[in-house]
Amino acid sequence: MANVSILNATGAAIDAVRTEVAAGPRGKRPKKVLSGRNIMVYGTLGLAALYYLLPLYVMVVTSLKGMPEVRLGNIFSPPMEITFEPWVKAWAQACTGLNCDGLSRGFWNSVRILVPSVIVSIAVASVSGYALANWRFKGSELFFSVLIIGAFIPYQVMIYPLVIILREIGIYGSLTGLVIVHTIFGMPILTLLFRNYFAGLPEELFKAARIDGAGFWQIYGRIMLPMSLPIFVVAIIIQVTGIWNDFLFGVVFTRPDTYPMTVQLNNIVNSVQGVKEYNVNMAATLLTGAVPLIVYFVSGRLFVRGIAAGAVKG
Amino acid sequence: MTDLSNSVSIRDLSLSFGAVTVLQNLDLDIKDGEFLVLLGSSGCGKSTLLNCIAGLLEPTDGQIFIKDKNVTWEEPKDRGIGMVFQSYALYPQMTVEKNLSFGLRVAGMPKEEIAKRIARASNILQIEPLLQRKPAALSGGQRQRVAIGRALVRDVDVFLFDEPLSNLDAKLRSELRVEIKRLHQSLKNTMIYVTHDQIEALTLADRIAIMKSGVIQQLDDPITIYNRPKNKFVAGFIGSPSMNFLTGELADEGGRTVFRTNGTSFSLAGYEATETLPPGRKVVLGVRPEHIKVDGDLAGEEAHDAIVDIEEPMGADNLIWLKLAGHTISVRIGGARRYAVGAKVRLGFDMTMASLFDAETEDRI
Ligand SMILES: Nc1ncnc2c1ncn2[C@@H]1O[C@H](COP(=O)(O)OP(=O)(O)O)[C@@H](O)[C@H]1O
Ligand SMILES: [Mg+2]
Repeated sequence: MANVSILNATGAAIDAVRTEVAAGPRGKRPKKVLSGRNIMVYGTLGLAALYYLLPLYVMVVTSLKGMPEVRLGNIFSPPMEITFEPWVKAWAQACTGLNCDGLSRGFWNSVRILVPSVIVSIAVASVSGYALANWRFKGSELFFSVLIIGAFIPYQVMIYPLVIILREIGIYGSLTGLVIVHTIFGMPILTLLFRNYFAGLPEELFKAARIDGAGFWQIYGRIMLPMSLPIFVVAIIIQVTGIWNDFLFGVVFTRPDTYPMTVQLNNIVNSVQGVKEYNVNMAATLLTGAVPLIVYFVSGRLFVRGIAAGAVKG
Repeated sequence: MTDLSNSVSIRDLSLSFGAVTVLQNLDLDIKDGEFLVLLGSSGCGKSTLLNCIAGLLEPTDGQIFIKDKNVTWEEPKDRGIGMVFQSYALYPQMTVEKNLSFGLRVAGMPKEEIAKRIARASNILQIEPLLQRKPAALSGGQRQRVAIGRALVRDVDVFLFDEPLSNLDAKLRSELRVEIKRLHQSLKNTMIYVTHDQIEALTLADRIAIMKSGVIQQLDDPITIYNRPKNKFVAGFIGSPSMNFLTGELADEGGRTVFRTNGTSFSLAGYEATETLPPGRKVVLGVRPEHIKVDGDLAGEEAHDAIVDIEEPMGADNLIWLKLAGHTISVRIGGARRYAVGAKVRLGFDMTMASLFDAETEDRI
């Protein structure tokens, strides 16, 4: 017993010493939740979010209302009766010009434009970026300068000459022509992106591979590619959103039956015949915007990682 | 054209990056089975020279022979070389085994032969348990071992090392240093080893080539480099703590040649001059800290008075800084011998181990 009490006493004494030590600031400094700084930061963020989310909200609710409800004019009120009619109509029945098969035609056109454009442009740009970064060939500096300049030329300037060139080759108006156009216009920025990424990889890896006897394509395919997932994701996102959202090239380089989704959307929304079906327009717009949106959601984290890996620094 | 016993010969090699000339008219012969160390401070062109030998850089002019074959225009893989880099340069997405076999697979070697070679290399380097790991799961020392293995499996004539130990901590560095030496003794390949670390150079090399601004200053075995440096640069570069340099001039005192600085004369008896030593010639006397005798070590030779300025005990040794004839010189003595600051000591130079340089050309005389 005595022992225990002595132990307790010593314990208490040690505790006392401990509390003495603990007096005064120690460890992490407590942060006030409602500090002026926090209110500023979260307030600004909240406002910005609201600014972007409100139109989206309006679109979503409107697209779920029937026309009688839309005509009431209360754009912020949630739908009293949810209907998917406008979505179905936008997808399958809305009229654009001669056809009345909705956006679905444009969607598939866009897919047929998007897939080869993204693949070809990224394939070409990644190889040229790799060549520029690792294989200094005669005139590579010049080639690079031209590419950089290319990135700054407003592309409207080049549309007319391109139309003529494509017409002369005989692919004007075809999807092939548009794929080529997208590949060409994607080149400067994508090549720059890939060149900088490959130039940032350790040069000694490339040297080691050369000593191991790997050639141009083997180094590209077996060493560089497997290390480049982040930058490929960045490039895919840039290209998918860019090409999907493209309107100008779509109008200029395709015919009505091969119009991409954006052009078709415009034709639906701006059609002058009949009453304006706002709910259908909203649904059509949301449908058109869905692809880039999904791409962002799916690859957002990889995208950020690619950016963080210094992929897009000058 | 080239000596038959030479493994690597470099003839009149020049390399410029645009206006910057890194190597100029460099000649170098490396014997079969030799361990040659290229030693020089950072940026003097060591890696550039090594990359030229490897075929990773195109020389502006000159020729490179490996095994008496002119390989100046050959691809790196056809030169019979393997290279180990400072940053290991392991392919991050491949396992150790795939890293080792990459070159062999590229060359289209049969699977059994690849397996045999990997087994041999991983046995020599003790990396068998690591074969299925990715480089990211290895420590620095293990990574460098794998990098050496990558050169080993290719069964090359010449190994090129570009500062292979510089990324490792001190303890690992000395361990791997010994291993590389052991590897050389068992393989007997020609090895060219680039470093800026003089300890690595002195411990590993059969011969050291000391470079400065792309020019080889001296090419000799480590002992000669250490004791008979060809010029003041080499003398100052090799040795830590560094050699003491005293500027002065030669003089004639009663028929014997002496070195005189700030009114104090030092007899040059015992110094093996390579040139005549005319009185009045401006020279620099170089003496290493361990070639200076103090107090009890003196055995009746010429001695001078000096004052202890500072003492730096280093465990095994004790470095004392002395004021002598207007110069501050360092002397290395046993770790047990201590001196108080301000104490008076008698010291004498071991002239047989000293070096005399012309003050102007800085070459050994
Ligand atoms: N690609 C290059 N372009 C221009 N200068 C270079 C290049 N590579 C190396 N140099 C220059 O050549 C000199 C020697 O470099 P290097 O051989 O890497 O030196 P080190 O002896 O440290 O290995 C340095 O001054 C460096 O700045
Ligand atoms: Mg170097």
